Amino acid sequence: MKRTRIGLWAASTLLAATALTGIAQAQELTVLCDDIGFGCLTMDPVVKRYESENPGVKVKLETVPYQSLVESLPVQLESGEGPDAAIITDLGGLSRYYLDLTPYVNAANFEKEYSQTLQWLRGSNPTSKAINGMPTTLTVNGAYVNLTLFEQAGVPVPKEGATWAEWAEATRKVAKATNTEYAMEMDRSGHRFASLAISYGAELVDDQGKPVIDKGLKDAVEQFVAWHKDGTMPMDLWGAVGGATHRELFSDFLNAKTVLYFGGSWTLSQMDKEVGDLFDWQVSPAPCGPSSCTVMPGGGALVGFKHTKQPEAVGKLIDYIAQSKNNAEIVSAAVEIPAAKSLIENGVTYPGASERTQQSLSTFIAQIPKMAPAAYRFQGWRYQRAMMNALTTRISQVLNSELEVDAALDRVKQDVELAIKAAGQ
Amino acid sequence: MTGLQKILGIRRMPWVFLLPNLLAVLFFSLLPVAINIFYSITGSDRLYPSERPFIGSGNYETLFDCTNYLDASTCSSDLFWRALRNSLVFVPIQVICMIGVALLAAVCLNREIRGRGFFRAVFFFPVMLSPVVVALTWQWILQRNGALNGILTWLGLSPVNWLVFPNTAFFWSVFVTVWAHMGFYTIILLAGLQSIPRDVYEAAKMDSATNWRVFTRITLPLLKPVLLVVFVLCVIRSVQTFDELYVLTGGGPGSATMLIVQYIYEVGFAVQPRNFGLAAAASLLLGVVLLIFTGLQLRLSRNSQHG
Repeated sequence: MKRTRIGLWAASTLLAATALTGIAQAQELTVLCDDIGFGCLTMDPVVKRYESENPGVKVKLETVPYQSLVESLPVQLESGEGPDAAIITDLGGLSRYYLDLTPYVNAANFEKEYSQTLQWLRGSNPTSKAINGMPTTLTVNGAYVNLTLFEQAGVPVPKEGATWAEWAEATRKVAKATNTEYAMEMDRSGHRFASLAISYGAELVDDQGKPVIDKGLKDAVEQFVAWHKDGTMPMDLWGAVGGATHRELFSDFLNAKTVLYFGGSWTLSQMDKEVGDLFDWQVSPAPCGPSSCTVMPGGGALVGFKHTKQPEAVGKLIDYIAQSKNNAEIVSAAVEIPAAKSLIENGVTYPGASERTQQSLSTFIAQIPKMAPAAYRFQGWRYQRAMMNALTTRISQVLNSELEVDAALDRVKQDVELAIKAAGQ
Repeated sequence: MTGLQKILGIRRMPWVFLLPNLLAVLFFSLLPVAINIFYSITGSDRLYPSERPFIGSGNYETLFDCTNYLDASTCSSDLFWRALRNSLVFVPIQVICMIGVALLAAVCLNREIRGRGFFRAVFFFPVMLSPVVVALTWQWILQRNGALNGILTWLGLSPVNWLVFPNTAFFWSVFVTVWAHMGFYTIILLAGLQSIPRDVYEAAKMDSATNWRVFTRITLPLLKPVLLVVFVLCVIRSVQTFDELYVLTGGGPGSATMLIVQYIYEVGFAVQPRNFGLAAAASLLLGVVLLIFTGLQLRLSRNSQHG
């Protein structure tokens, strides 16, 4: 009896020890990402290599739709649940959930490679020095130009350094000569409008994280409204839609119904696929305003979350992906603009992309050094979305004579301050 | 059960049978209302109730902070008042159109016409569509280079940018929502029409009553209880209109078609940080309005039963 008891005790101790060893050995990390660009699909080969170099670590790349990352992930995080890491795009908005990776990564390398974009992940804390993630790729706003229409009209394409006003003038001439419906169009998005506003001298947000309504913003709004009133831009996008609704009419550019379309780098592959040889097009360098020739940056980041039970493992994985060789491999497969400084400087080859796409990517990348500090500051601001929504809502009201420009700008300030007040209560 | 009856007594037994439903009402109706009230008197963008500080009537004060309630531009929450005003214009127009068209369709479908079954299906078909599909379909029809302008151009007429002008956008908002939901009310009214005894019509025929007289003196009075139900359902549905318009116009041009539910959605979910408190306060006010309508309907139906 006694022997049996001893035997049972020994067996159970052995079992428990084995189980504990197993747990200690097999670390499983869950990473949430979509399958577009720098995502699960393109990260997979690098992650597999990481697993083979680090036996005992299992990385589960969980592919979800982009919408889930935007809508479901924040709810999971709010309830203290969710993956160990994820690729996200609401960089400042989710900052309170991020894990500080500083102890687990090559901090000096991160600071060197991502000095501008790390701030985006620090949310509303301008003094923070935390490394909250690895910025994966950049997106850049930019103008797509129909070269065939320019050629047919016999109008020279404005060169680099041309102002918004010069572009408007040139595209109007082209539209008139070729009987094209509109000269210029812009996504109904506060992010896209911010490019124009900052180039006109708008600050949008100050160093203290307070909204700024200044002459630059007023000038940009007035110019934008004037283009709608004189028919340079259609009312369909900014005029016909209300509230914070995002709307784009890129199909107008694809169908040669507009000479210039101000959208973003993420539509490149669509351009490549859908336009093909129908007409000649190019991505133009950022149009200039009185203040600068800037466009708005955007992008994603691979971040770890505070609630993870394996912060070190998460940090090491992100550090591995951030290594230049691995990062370049993923960016190259994703056909996107890198966020890492060294990759921007040295260039990335895109074996799968057409020559025109490569050229366009180069143009987009060339805009990055020209981006104004205000653009970076606005991109990393926690209340950026509140201001972008206020801008789209109020500009549409101005276009429909519901508000004067000054009243609209007062409303923008009021809307953002209400959002800040509500969040800070 | 008899053991339970001995313990509780016969007078308490009905509660035992009511308990499952009471629990369902408690958890799925009363509790959400209570949570909504709680959110409306608390602040911050946090979802957890424990992380939301009490701010009392702060959200209501934000909504009602106006110099002149008739002029939305004097209110700090101007969009709330614009949306409320739009809803107050949209609801009566849409309800009158909806009931008028549904009644007309029901009367037509109640007659002995060829292909009656087919037409009934055709009228009911849009009801089965997802509101987003309805909106996207109509957007495709109404946009600048859409099907409708294609037809107008083909006929040699000038195309119209339907969704760019406040008045035409408002017209199409009413039209699309009526088109999408009239089938549901048509079916209810059709059932009501078919429950009217045939002999009443035969008697009227023998008295050589005109069709109009038959309709106004027999059909309408006998259809009154059904019409009342349709009216109330229609009003409630109309006040809640959101999805079709959100996709079709996004509340535009400007704020011309922004209704109260879109305002609640945008404040609570579309903007960052999410202002759950303000959205909860606005939706509670909407709930009160709907409660008044429902009370009115109960009173009217009681009166019609007694009168």
